[in-house]
Amino acid sequence: MSTVPESKTNGETTLSSEDEGHTSLAKRLAGANTLWIGVVLLLLIAVFGAIRPDAVLTTFTLQTTLVETSVLLVLAVGMTFVIITSGIDLSVGSVLVFSGVTSAMTMNAMSGGDATKAGWGVVWVGLLVALVSGAAWGLLNGLLIAKSKIPPLIVTLGSFGAALGAGQLISNGSNVAGVPEVLGNTLGTGTYLGIPNLVLLAAVVAAIGALLLTTTRFGRYTYAIGSNEEAARRVGISVTGHLMKIYLLAGVLAGLAGFMAMAYFRVASVTGHDTDNLNAIAGVVLGGTSLFGGAGSVVGTVLGVFIPAVLRKGFVILGVNVYWQPIAVAIVLVAAVWFDQSRRRARNQR
Amino acid sequence: MSEPLLEARELVKHYGSVEALRGASFTAYPGEVVSLIGDNGAGKSTLVKCLSGVERPTGGTLLFEGEPLELTSPTDARDHGIETVFQDLAVAPDLDPAANLYLGRELRKPGVLGWLGVLDKHEMRKRAAEHFYRLGVSLQSIDVPIAALSGGQRQSVAVARSVAWASKIVFMDEPTAALGVVQRERVLDVIKRVRDEGIAVVLISHNMPEVLSVSDRIEVLRLGRRVARFKGPDTSVEELVGAMTGALTQEDAA
Repeated sequence: MSTVPESKTNGETTLSSEDEGHTSLAKRLAGANTLWIGVVLLLLIAVFGAIRPDAVLTTFTLQTTLVETSVLLVLAVGMTFVIITSGIDLSVGSVLVFSGVTSAMTMNAMSGGDATKAGWGVVWVGLLVALVSGAAWGLLNGLLIAKSKIPPLIVTLGSFGAALGAGQLISNGSNVAGVPEVLGNTLGTGTYLGIPNLVLLAAVVAAIGALLLTTTRFGRYTYAIGSNEEAARRVGISVTGHLMKIYLLAGVLAGLAGFMAMAYFRVASVTGHDTDNLNAIAGVVLGGTSLFGGAGSVVGTVLGVFIPAVLRKGFVILGVNVYWQPIAVAIVLVAAVWFDQSRRRARNQR
Repeated sequence: MSEPLLEARELVKHYGSVEALRGASFTAYPGEVVSLIGDNGAGKSTLVKCLSGVERPTGGTLLFEGEPLELTSPTDARDHGIETVFQDLAVAPDLDPAANLYLGRELRKPGVLGWLGVLDKHEMRKRAAEHFYRLGVSLQSIDVPIAALSGGQRQSVAVARSVAWASKIVFMDEPTAALGVVQRERVLDVIKRVRDEGIAVVLISHNMPEVLSVSDRIEVLRLGRRVARFKGPDTSVEELVGAMTGALTQEDAA
């Protein structure tokens, strides 16, 4: 392997150091999808900004848009890994609810029924409970998908219903109040240098996710399994183990998202998360991750989740009927998938 | 010739009541291309599966460098320097050639970063480029996904990958099937270079002219037994076909 290249034979154009120039070009082409999504996002902001500069380009508008999207972003980071393995996780919104409920109820139980005045010790336990709750559902998904070979769509459709049902059973079908004030005031609505803490946490999660995916062996295996599961298995990659870790990761992040949502709304809500899974999937796919697996990026996902958010905010500010938002998102989504498909077809034609 | 690298003696393999191998023998020497030919159902694939650790023979012995060997899995075979190129391209089409070359054997950065699982992409890319260069695998760019390469280039990458890790012997099951003429020449060229590095190449092929052009030796299987052995240069298609169909037999072959 490490032998120095010997003399060239039969005059073929072989690799040489001059192809360094191709690297940046090839990388740019590969990132073209992400680039386009970024352009679309900037265009949207520019158009809304040009129409109502006074309302759109304010700190308040930007802050609220970011905060409202940060919980979804954490779900979407996990979803990116799942979709790159050519899987899907429909359960994230329900796991979010379940984790919020178990976390809030544990904190209440530790504080004699109402945790509003509880201290940091209780909050940390609450965080742990949320993460473990998410991990448990993720592990269950992973076991059924990787070990029992049941299609991810069916498994997570099951846990989508089961996790929500379990959450409502535990909370008797109602929202759980009594979230500690220290949590709400810091993680929920606090800021650091003008940036909401919730947004900072989501940014850290996204950054770690991006590094994990692009620089580590874990990320490389994620792409390999999504690209050709059989090839990955034949070179000795533990496909079963890796898929378990992927769904575990998605579950843990859903648990964290549940904790974040609870901190922000100061209540563990059992309603309003029915379409979180679809919103996360839409963000991931808009960001250029392929539903066929093997390709995608967290950076794309970050841009992707903001497109629906910016559309919604823009429509509200412009006074457009807000019901246009899902229609607009649907059009962009279908266009994005069509674009991805035709690009792949063109590439595979050789 | 020198001592055999890999020798199978009287291998038997049953699948239920079906006898795929009925005392098949096979020999491979270091630094040679030996072709394994036979009609459909002669037991070629089964024999290769037994020799590469995918299947365990029901009976018979396997000698590796003169020592008895039992292969329990393909990973076990790989640890002995035995690699296999599969008939269907077992590559990840969305990953680039360097990533495919190092798939499952990634190099990691030294120190804490490596402990965290961070890959040394630069080093892998550099070594992959050297390796492809050495084998004469020509690629316009090493940074494009495999899916963007032509069929011949893809197969060359698959061959180059197994060769990179095979220190002793490579099995290639129909490596040129579904390739064009130019692409086929390219793969055969890679095979010859591999041999020149002292590695034994076992080629399974249905293409007689191809077998004759590239092989140092040829072994023929028929109905689960070795029925003939030829020296590559001084044999003909007629002789090979005769041995495959049973029209010609060599008494000492089995």
